[in-house]
Amino acid sequence: MDQKIKELITDEITNNPVCLFMKGTPDAPQCGFSMAVSNMLKILEVNYKGINVLEDQTLREGIKEFSDWPTIPQLYIKKEFIGGCDIIKEMYENGELKKILEDKAINFKK
Amino acid sequence: MAMDLKEIEKYIKEALPGAVVEIQDLAGDGNHYSATITSSKFSGKSKIEQHKMVYNSLKGKMGNELHALAIKTKE
Repeated sequence: MDQKIKELITDEITNNPVCLFMKGTPDAPQCGFSMAVSNMLKILEVNYKGINVLEDQTLREGIKEFSDWPTIPQLYIKKEFIGGCDIIKEMYENGELKKILEDKAINFKK
Repeated sequence: MAMDLKEIEKYIKEALPGAVVEIQDLAGDGNHYSATITSSKFSGKSKIEQHKMVYNSLKGKMGNELHALAIKTKE
């Protein structure tokens, strides 16, 4: 994959403890799945960076290759790929998401 | 672009023999599906790995012909 995109993604996930690659922005999501994950993070009052893949076609394709995951959104916490919408939703419902946030020392509303 | 429900089921069952696959067409438009897949092949694997197995069974169609497939995996 494109070296520049790889570096850009690596920089983002290194500099932002919680990073959501999404369609649209946290304030204006452009897809229901991106909105769902964004909302869960908002409810938990997690400070996260939303990265709009619709602004850059090479990033949109690049993140799929980077994570070896074919869909958007994609959530990274402390450089680790946590999952897409279905997995995050399941983890939100069964409490695993809170546990990961806690384990990785991310502030959230308990 | 759309994909038939039966076709999705066929791909998943080919890759995961013996799996129980339930698919719903959420919007009735052949584009937004939800699938629950139960397979013994998931045992001992993380959720990410389980979902990847399902994505891989669709041979690159996910995100292309197939716009939206919500996945739920069970062991």
